[in-house]
Amino acid sequence: MKLNYYPGCSATSTGQELDLSVRAVLAALGVELQELEDWSCCGASSAHATNRALAVALPARNLAIAQRSGLDLLAPCAACYSRLKTADYVMRHDATKKGEVEAQVAFEFTGSYQVRSPIDVVVRDIGLDAVRSRVLKPLAGLKAVGYYGCLLVRPPEVVAFDDPEHPVMLDQILGALGMEVCRWSYATDCCGGGLNLTKSSVAVRLVGRLTQFAREAGADAIVTACPLCQMSLEMRQTGNGSRMPVVYFTELMGLAFGLKETSGWWKKHLVDPRPWLGALAAGGA
Amino acid sequence: MDTTFSAQVNELSEQTIELCYHCHKCTAGCPVAVEMEFGPDRVLRLIQLGQKDRVLGSGDIWVCASCETCATRCPNEISVAAVMDALRAISMAEGYATPEPDAPAFHRLFLGIVGRFGRMHEASLMMIYKLKTRKLMADMDSGIPMILKGKIPILPHRVRGMNEVKRIFRETGS
Repeated sequence: MKLNYYPGCSATSTGQELDLSVRAVLAALGVELQELEDWSCCGASSAHATNRALAVALPARNLAIAQRSGLDLLAPCAACYSRLKTADYVMRHDATKKGEVEAQVAFEFTGSYQVRSPIDVVVRDIGLDAVRSRVLKPLAGLKAVGYYGCLLVRPPEVVAFDDPEHPVMLDQILGALGMEVCRWSYATDCCGGGLNLTKSSVAVRLVGRLTQFAREAGADAIVTACPLCQMSLEMRQTGNGSRMPVVYFTELMGLAFGLKETSGWWKKHLVDPRPWLGALAAGGA
Repeated sequence: MDTTFSAQVNELSEQTIELCYHCHKCTAGCPVAVEMEFGPDRVLRLIQLGQKDRVLGSGDIWVCASCETCATRCPNEISVAAVMDALRAISMAEGYATPEPDAPAFHRLFLGIVGRFGRMHEASLMMIYKLKTRKLMADMDSGIPMILKGKIPILPHRVRGMNEVKRIFRETGS
């Protein structure tokens, strides 16, 4: 399997554990990633919060590059995925806007590809059985909740590959790694990541709720797929207690697969996950 | 009262605000409603009543976290999130003063950097944002470790197709 790959700005800077682990884990599963040539920023929240035309045209430039090869476009960052998927949705469903965007970006939309998220590719294309058979070191004893956040499930008609109110695919992947996945009701509640820098008091309150609910569910860590959630959840934990580790599901896949790169990822976290990973009987984290 | 306001919002957001019958489902599920002056459903009501200055002068449009919960649950399929986006765009285009000035300052700065390099450059973003909002010492406890861990590149990357990116900004009136 071969995919176009759009790393995005976050996953190549503050969220680089995501980019590094997605590349390593998909390579281990036999997926070839071809980085989108000369990709540009999707515009993120700032474009869609302020200029609706720009919010479609900026990601559309990347769609134009992706359709040249016709391979599906994988976006590991939930925010990039949401913006690329929104632009893609507009191009497929709104003929008037499609014409406007084609003029702004100077291309002709063919739609010979789909925008994909790693969770979707792992479960639907690679399959949980293939994941299970690749596990060298089951993550038995590690307790965590799976956290989707907003952008992978809402608005469902545009982005969702899983149930928007009760998504399960992330938990299925963690289960396939042998983890103890705790049940909770907050997998799609907002962490305030979009306000992380502009109104951090909101992020502090929402992150505080999420970590409290995760603890009540019996979890020792939160597993996410979004670099904005990950950063907000690590940065905005307050109080005197020890902070809860927040890791990407692909990092845990790498650990279970026995990839040697994992130790380099843990070092990059603001909340060091290694004490938590010490719960693994075999160690070696 | 501005009798053209609801039409302006409907056009830009591509929603029909008049369909709202105020079931309050949006506000009930809104994670930041407690931080708002009005909350999502009353913002819609104020638009219906043409209260442009009250809506755009309120911090609510910038407190919205764009989580899309309201849009997902509205029984009348109004994307309140799209309405919020439209309100922010109108507020910025028409220069409304807001009690939450950090958010529009951040967005302007963010898009300025993308317009210059084609990608985000976090070091520039953080530095200029801190200067603009006079929050020089905010978040140093996480910013410095991120720099030390190599998560914030010092030099920006400039995309080769900057003429294409600049064309997009120009053509979309940014």
